[in-house]
Amino acid sequence: MFERVKAILIKEFKQIFRDPRMKTIIFISPLIQIILFGYSANKDITYVPTAIFDRDNTKESREFIRKFTYSKYFVPLRYLTEDKQENEVLDKGQVSLVIRLDRGFGRDLKAGKQADIQLVFDGTDSNTAMVIMSYTNTIIGGYQQDILKERAEVAGFINTVPSVDLRDRAWFNGNLISRNYYLPGVISTIVTVMSLLLSAMAIVKEKEIGTMEQLTVSPLQPLELIIGKLLPFAVIALIQVILITVLGVLWFRIPLRGNLFFLLFATCIYLFTTLGIGLFISTISSTQQEAMMSVFLFYMPTVLLSGFAYPISNMPLVIQWSTFVNPLRYFMVIIRSVFLKGVGIEVLWTQLLPLLFIGLTVISLSYLRFRRRLA
Amino acid sequence: MTAASLKRIKAVSWKEFVQIKRDKRSLGMALAIPIFMLLIFGYGLSLDIDHVRTLVWNQDASSKVTRDFLLNFKNSKYFRIVGYTDNYRDIQKKIDNGDIMMALVIPKDFSQYLESGKVAPLQLIVDGSDANTATIAIGYVRSVVAGYNVNLLTQAFRERGLEPVNTVDARMRVWYNMGLVSTWFIIPGVIAMIIMIISALLISLTIAREWERGTMEQLISTPVKGPELIIGKFIPYFVIGFFDLTVGVVMARFLFGLPFRGSYMLLAILSSLFLTGALSLGIFISVIARTQLMASQLASLATLIPTMLLSGFIYPIFNMPKVVQAITYLIPARYYIVVLRGLFLKGNGMAVMWDEALFLLLFAFFMFILAVRRFRKKVA
Repeated sequence: MFERVKAILIKEFKQIFRDPRMKTIIFISPLIQIILFGYSANKDITYVPTAIFDRDNTKESREFIRKFTYSKYFVPLRYLTEDKQENEVLDKGQVSLVIRLDRGFGRDLKAGKQADIQLVFDGTDSNTAMVIMSYTNTIIGGYQQDILKERAEVAGFINTVPSVDLRDRAWFNGNLISRNYYLPGVISTIVTVMSLLLSAMAIVKEKEIGTMEQLTVSPLQPLELIIGKLLPFAVIALIQVILITVLGVLWFRIPLRGNLFFLLFATCIYLFTTLGIGLFISTISSTQQEAMMSVFLFYMPTVLLSGFAYPISNMPLVIQWSTFVNPLRYFMVIIRSVFLKGVGIEVLWTQLLPLLFIGLTVISLSYLRFRRRLA
Repeated sequence: MTAASLKRIKAVSWKEFVQIKRDKRSLGMALAIPIFMLLIFGYGLSLDIDHVRTLVWNQDASSKVTRDFLLNFKNSKYFRIVGYTDNYRDIQKKIDNGDIMMALVIPKDFSQYLESGKVAPLQLIVDGSDANTATIAIGYVRSVVAGYNVNLLTQAFRERGLEPVNTVDARMRVWYNMGLVSTWFIIPGVIAMIIMIISALLISLTIAREWERGTMEQLISTPVKGPELIIGKFIPYFVIGFFDLTVGVVMARFLFGLPFRGSYMLLAILSSLFLTGALSLGIFISVIARTQLMASQLASLATLIPTMLLSGFIYPIFNMPKVVQAITYLIPARYYIVVLRGLFLKGNGMAVMWDEALFLLLFAFFMFILAVRRFRKKVA
């Protein structure tokens, strides 16, 4: 049996790498993806393009505006002078925020009357808008406090005014770099798509060009055939994980606090599922195009509902339940925890067990179906 | 274009239509995937961060001051207090398990500090793994605390019978998406992604299959000329792409309640440009890939990933490093997404979007020329 599996393994590797471009695709494309993700997938808002419309232009108004422009986030791109420019800069999407101070701001403020500020946000990107709003809230709150404190000082009772001092501390990712959260996730999505696609399409290709019949008349047992067919993709996937991890750690300085071997072990368990699904798709597809589309149909909800980019806790309850059958959900938690929290099997067995269960179920069902098809 | 040429284009298209029709599953998926994707994005996914799961350790629970302070969190839709605790171990465990996002620790002399006019520390522990959510959550807490401090100051003035207590009042207005619904932001991007993926992927696989099976040689040996062949292949996929666009717009309008403030005519014209470019890109990929496996890999690398990451679909472009920002100018979906959002949410016309339109036109034109030339070279 071992001999025969070896034979088909060699055949399979030869076939994959016969096209030198395939080598490039298999090993370079994950690296390109991780670099793209590393530099673009960033929701940390550190730069807020701002337009300033100061119609008051007094010492007070300029001081207020400096509170924004001196903070590291708000960058004044435009200084407006006319009403209609407000529409223009927002329609065009040049700025995310317009700060407008009407005439009388300084006068009202000095007189102790309520001085109005108008802030217009581009709400198109609701998430970004919310972040910017909370930045402005904090700045304005600070400004209000400063003014009141100043007056309290003048009145001579500043030392008796209480206040609350917030000390926040972020665990696991002290500097709050979202890249550290995303990149481990990207590794899992790359593994998913590569193992699915390669396994499903490789088997269908043999069907399409008719060489599958030749394999079935050979002395190969179905199980040997499957092992020989799927093992190369498992190996490729593991190499990809190592490659991406190395790049992520060395280039993007992602902390790897846990054990790499545990991660590889978990990857192997996860691969049961993806290779199993790939095998399953190959039994229901007769052309590579069909296989490709089926892979896509499976891949998309798997990634979207895994907590990769969208927190599961934000989803409607019914959809949250449905994510319990999603293998990537568990693998995502494992890979992120290994990287950021440095925990191992003692905590993550709760994720590994369902993953193993799903994997074994999927691969045995697919195997049974494949064998029936072969017969 | 002569009549004979038109006839040949028609013949190729007809052949392609018949072939697509016969492949029921691929056709079904080309129509089902968009609906499925829109449903998931529209109903399942939300980028809105509210109801942040919070654990409270109130070491000063006997005082009314801390209870009042906590009301600020209880009454806000941004927080959900999921429980109370009295030790750090519990906090650690719940954060490790991901049960809570943050923990608020009120020290035992909190009220005493405040009543004696001193600074009371408040500790906040946040799970920073998801940095984006964490930053937003911290921001919410900061605003609450800032508001509370302003109240304390105002109160101090009132107690002393002193005026003035008024300072500034910020009137915040949100344009285009008043309710800050993230679906409104995402759906136009999903439509762009669907069109890019379905059209470029589908056509590149079909043509790669013809190369693989050798039926392309048969087609080439007929009197059909290169550009005619390409246009002929184009038409059925153009129809599918437009169908997907229509499905997307109808679902956006009537299922997800998005407004459509622009002109449908402009939508049709600019979408045709984008579609032409995407399909040409698909043909180009199929010519250099030759096999379906290769085509699928190249197509996802050239269309799916850039459209997802570099188009502003989810991640704001203005936040990317300058070099990456420069690259985004080469991603056609970048312009198309601006156009779609402009039409859906902002009601923009050509006066505002002329530069995006120009880029889409250039993309369609050059991609088409490139596809035809590459195709000829391959045939020769």
